[in-house]
Amino acid sequence: MDLTHTADEDAFRAEARAWLRAHVPHPPPPSLETAEGFAAHRAWEAELHSGRWSVVAWPEQYGGRGADVFHWLVFEEEYYAAGAPGRVSQNGIGLLAPTLFDHGTQEQRARILPPMASGEVVWAQAWSEPEAGSDLASLRSRGVRTAGGWLLSGQKTWSSRAAFADRAFGLFRTAPDEDRPHRGLTYLMFDLKAPGVTVRPIRRLDGKPAFAELFLDEVFVPDEDVIGEPGQGWRIAMSTTGNERGLMLRSPGRYLAAARRLVGLWRATADPSDTALRDRVADAVIGARAYQLFTCAGASRVAAGSAIGAESSLNKVFWSEYDIALHETALDLLGAEGEPADGRDGWSEGYVFSLAGPIYAGTNEIQRDIIAERLLGLPKGRR
Amino acid sequence: MRFLPTDEQRAFTRSLHTMLRAARPPAAARAWAAGDPAPGRAAWTGLAEAGVFALAVPENHGGLGPLPAELALAFVELGRHAVPGPVVETVAVAALLTALGDPAPAERLLPGIAAGEVMATLRLPGTGPYALDADAATSVLVVDAAPAVPGPGSPGDGGSGSGSGSGSGSDVKGHADASEGAHGGDHARDRNGTGTGTGKGTGDASRPGPKAARPPTLRIAPGHGPVRASADPVRRLSVPQGGGEVLAAGPGVAAAAATAVDWARLATAAQALGTGLALLDRTVEHVGRRAQFGVPIGSFQAVKHRLADTLIALEFARPLVLGAAVSMTRTDIAAAKVAAGEAAYGAARAALQLHGAIGYTEELDLALWLRKARPLRDAWGTPAQCRAAVLRP
Repeated sequence: MDLTHTADEDAFRAEARAWLRAHVPHPPPPSLETAEGFAAHRAWEAELHSGRWSVVAWPEQYGGRGADVFHWLVFEEEYYAAGAPGRVSQNGIGLLAPTLFDHGTQEQRARILPPMASGEVVWAQAWSEPEAGSDLASLRSRGVRTAGGWLLSGQKTWSSRAAFADRAFGLFRTAPDEDRPHRGLTYLMFDLKAPGVTVRPIRRLDGKPAFAELFLDEVFVPDEDVIGEPGQGWRIAMSTTGNERGLMLRSPGRYLAAARRLVGLWRATADPSDTALRDRVADAVIGARAYQLFTCAGASRVAAGSAIGAESSLNKVFWSEYDIALHETALDLLGAEGEPADGRDGWSEGYVFSLAGPIYAGTNEIQRDIIAERLLGLPKGRR
Repeated sequence: MRFLPTDEQRAFTRSLHTMLRAARPPAAARAWAAGDPAPGRAAWTGLAEAGVFALAVPENHGGLGPLPAELALAFVELGRHAVPGPVVETVAVAALLTALGDPAPAERLLPGIAAGEVMATLRLPGTGPYALDADAATSVLVVDAAPAVPGPGSPGDGGSGSGSGSGSGSDVKGHADASEGAHGGDHARDRNGTGTGTGKGTGDASRPGPKAARPPTLRIAPGHGPVRASADPVRRLSVPQGGGEVLAAGPGVAAAAATAVDWARLATAAQALGTGLALLDRTVEHVGRRAQFGVPIGSFQAVKHRLADTLIALEFARPLVLGAAVSMTRTDIAAAKVAAGEAAYGAARAALQLHGAIGYTEELDLALWLRKARPLRDAWGTPAQCRAAVLRP
């Protein structure tokens, strides 16, 4: 049982740190949920890519470095410690790419991954529908067979990044008469600029268009943009939530850096006799360390050949609630300076972003059901 | 990096688990609470034979250690099985004597600790007036802090230059809460600062003494006061008597005491984690069996979600405990103590609520874990003290 890094990981850390120190933009770009900020973040993806830092865990042929999970953890620590911008390509890199590695064709990987790595094509996700949220398998958007492909019709919503992104991926019902809702779904990719697609941006709580509704009216998708076998979409989509990427949706480096900034803010501004605030700052430090060590243990199990599975639900509830508590503490430290929406050091916008954490990527209620039923073995019941 | 127990470590905890299950610690714990330590002593011998105490003792004193990672894994099992006795305190004594580096007291007690012949308990400055299980222990050790030296520090600045009366303050570096320090200062001045009382002024072992500064001392108490009932009757509390043989004195004692607190916190955190895991296991079993409205209550979301939260807290405390055992930094240890203590206490609250009225009785063995979680959360450093330690630069 050890926590040591190899010499190679240390060298990798030094290389990443030096590159980031020379390239991270100061001041940071505007919010990526604005047109101007989206463009700036896309440009940052291109710069990261030019240094081969945008997708370190991918194979070299697609612009990566073939980094294993421990190198990836090191990179993420350095990335967030350097104060580097949020990743506008996260949906593609974190959700679509792992699916393509596991279920895509060679042709799809060669065509789709390089422009994702460079930020030339930014991806949005298209899972939820107005009547299919937590009960995602009840989705009704459909794909109808046509010559050489599929015609997509229906409505998707809460589609993150879709206000400014180029393409999207999601599940569509291609066999409407199956006996169970999970069957007959197909995993498809489509162009947000294609004829028949209408994108209506949705303003989140702070007014920024962080997601969108998508209206699809007989949008043509060629067969080459189907991932895996038609009808197997549910299994394919779920397979990437339970593997190591479920562990890596949010990296510990992000919270270690945020906790460090919080401690700095506390030392600079807080009344040392206010032990109530002190305890919350300490909890932020403890939580970041817990998340780091939990991830190290998970990564060690993955490296030893185990699957992560339903454990990723523990992870998701933890980081999403942790993130809110961290930002609430920062706002309390800032007092009146925490109220302006463009408030100091991004804490205000970070707070708004954190509020969505327990809702997206599977609500925390669904995650707790998964924990109770699959990890604790409690009987299934009505939701 | 391979942050997982090795095959050897896994085999060790498995064998400990098997041995403890056979030893029926719940029966030993009930006897212990009733003042009959014989079954608990038998279990103690078994633990020593399995090498548990030797993990805290260096090889040159008859041990196998120090091996904090193995020790932490072992203490999770001790917590899981509700083993009675001053297990944490004996480990803390071993750490103290090892850190002291003085061969005479080390050779006197460490081989016996490793062999299971010495069941030791300990009171340190800053951790209250009581020693745990002094009535059953073979050796009751006490560290008395240096007496108050009126210093330039402002009152309440963490007890610098004070603290002997309270047993808090600067002597166990970095472990005292500021408010306790303030208490200690007052108390020390009231009593000329030679006592061994508590931050709350309840200590009764204070003796009048000279005003001249003396170094902190480590002594063997000649006995103890009456045993007081604890919130957990298996934890028997008493105040060590004053006087007795002095084993060591000087600033080295303070540093060694600080190391002893680190080991005590680590072992307590691991024991708390095991306690929480046992509470969760028993509660999951209960809600899967107990039916109301025609279905197991474990099928209700309100029940499921509370148990899911209990598991999350325990599963995020676990890597902190094991990580602290690997790094042995004071910050990591304090973090582990907070997280494991709070997670175990949360598990106890959930276990009580979800068992309903039967949980609020002594009829189930559940009570053995239920009543231990709160004292473990506070022993050797309350959550507030440990949170302060996490932020200490």
